[in-house]
Amino acid sequence: MRIVVTTEGCTGCGQCIDSCPYTSLVMKDGKAFINEYCQFCRNCLSICPEGAIVEIADEGDAEQADLSAYKGVWVFAEQRGGKIAPVAYELIGAGGKLAHELKTDLSAVLLGSTAEEAKELIRWGADRVYHAADPVFGTFNDEPYAQMLTSLIRQHKPEIVLAGATPIGRSFVPRVAARLKTGLTADCTALEIDGESGHLLQVRPAFGGNIMATILCPNSRPQIATVRPRVMKRAQYDANRTGEIIPVAAENITCRTKVLETVKEASECMVNLQDAEFIISGGRGIGGEKGFALVRELADVLGGAVGASRAAVDEGWAPYSHQVGQTGKTVCPRIYIACGISGAVQHLVGMQSSDIIIAINKNPEAPIFNVATYGLVGDLNEVLPLLIKKLKEAKQ
Amino acid sequence: MKIIVCIKQVPDTAEVRINPETNTLIREGVPSIINPYDVHAIEAALQIKEKTGGTVTVVTMGPPQAEDALREAIAMGADEGKLVSDRAFAGADTWATSYALYKAIGKIGFDIILCGKQAIDGDTAQVGPEVAEFLNIPHISYVRKIEEVTDASLRVQRLMDDGYDVVEAALPVLLTVVKEINVPRLPSLKGKMAAKKAVIEKLDRLAIGAEEENVGLKGSPTQVRNIFAPQVKADRKILEGSVEEQVAALVREIRGLKCV
Repeated sequence: MRIVVTTEGCTGCGQCIDSCPYTSLVMKDGKAFINEYCQFCRNCLSICPEGAIVEIADEGDAEQADLSAYKGVWVFAEQRGGKIAPVAYELIGAGGKLAHELKTDLSAVLLGSTAEEAKELIRWGADRVYHAADPVFGTFNDEPYAQMLTSLIRQHKPEIVLAGATPIGRSFVPRVAARLKTGLTADCTALEIDGESGHLLQVRPAFGGNIMATILCPNSRPQIATVRPRVMKRAQYDANRTGEIIPVAAENITCRTKVLETVKEASECMVNLQDAEFIISGGRGIGGEKGFALVRELADVLGGAVGASRAAVDEGWAPYSHQVGQTGKTVCPRIYIACGISGAVQHLVGMQSSDIIIAINKNPEAPIFNVATYGLVGDLNEVLPLLIKKLKEAKQ
Repeated sequence: MKIIVCIKQVPDTAEVRINPETNTLIREGVPSIINPYDVHAIEAALQIKEKTGGTVTVVTMGPPQAEDALREAIAMGADEGKLVSDRAFAGADTWATSYALYKAIGKIGFDIILCGKQAIDGDTAQVGPEVAEFLNIPHISYVRKIEEVTDASLRVQRLMDDGYDVVEAALPVLLTVVKEINVPRLPSLKGKMAAKKAVIEKLDRLAIGAEEENVGLKGSPTQVRNIFAPQVKADRKILEGSVEEQVAALVREIRGLKCV
């Protein structure tokens, strides 16, 4: 399949040029032309007033691989120091819904760690756990992880595999996709099954979060996706839930990297932003160190964590580890209070799934108000001290 | 020491916006830049070369205009640039891109390959590890410090969620780097002259020996079905009145949520 501009139809009006997110439409000899950057997103098709941009089939397009042998939804459960990462339970929540819709079951893959942790995966909702307890998986190395997961996928043929979009998942899963020649979609924020085709619809931010894209993997299996932590909701924990734990042996595993040391950096900035119930964030509108001290005070009163927009971090008012957004952390607290944050999309993608968003900004047109549950228009130097005072009174 | 740096030319994404009504891009005058993470990879390569000697070759896959990115890298101090470019590469996803880069890199030869941790337009962080898998060499992602490099091995710090790991690997190896690794140098006058004069070798599909079914759209397992603007919440409430009244209303709402 190709997307082309028909030279007869094109009037050279240039309207399509800016419709392309991939800069693939250019003017050439007075006509529009599609270059190698084209990603076949089809955005331009509806833009051309002459209908001169068309999709044409190539030979071989119709070949449909037999995908029916692939069944079941898998979740890769990552562990660090033997303990399963919270994102694994979120993936089980998301994977369980997909499995239910596909009328199939949900398996988890656990490399390293213990049988007791494997049982936790069952209690959170997995029907089956493939557990490779071999010490080679104790600390994370890309090659053993990629080899083991590849070999399990080849043997059992799941149709969907989900992993956390963490330093571990984002690093070794691409090797698995490369080896299996299948699709891998990074950093998904929503997953759904397409009712008609049964394919997995994978929604992810692109262009720094300014645009969302739906990605498909129509002709190969499994469909692999990484999902950002704190985006999906956990399923219900059931201490009595039972399932199957299948021990897996590590055979023919090679490893050419060696972890010499694991260093924990428990700075105060690990503040547990991702576990906090309340987050109070400051942005450029805070105006300076003094304003940011008010944000910290409000956080103290509410017993919450302090977040920051990229602008505030760039100004040096808060360390990078507090940054919320596309290039920082994704958070979903019960209440997120945005103080002096205008609401660039890059920030919004990192916090918009919070249960309640309170925005305080002096500019009533600020985009943050589009996602806010409660919006308060006013000067922070007035609002914050007053709010802190009132909350303190309310506590007494 | 033969060092290869994989770079990508990207639109400066902070300036790309979508018009939610027409679903079209507002992209007037967005400049093309070298992906910022890749600039740190170039700097890391130059620093290794300064210690061990050798050459730094910059490779990119893209349309003809991506040559500008290679010249910028040469201006920083890279020795040569190779442009992997062919109409047949159109529509490549990360799989097909990694495959083409692997074919090209295999022809050039290397001891160390450096990449930025991800490109700011796609943000996938997949091409580096996939190239390593195709080349059958180890890789280490999120490298924030190179502690030691010898002719046979290297030792680096890999950034993790809860701190960092010190990781050692024998060469050849591929690293993807984060911004904390260094402060990139600016192009020198001498570098700019070299960049102007440099002859950029162009490598098409046949030159790198890539099979047709593995490149471009045909070689891409994933497809973009559609793009759209991020959604906005519907149930919102703008508080009214004086600042005192608004704050009082907000405190009532917060108390109503039984959080205080």
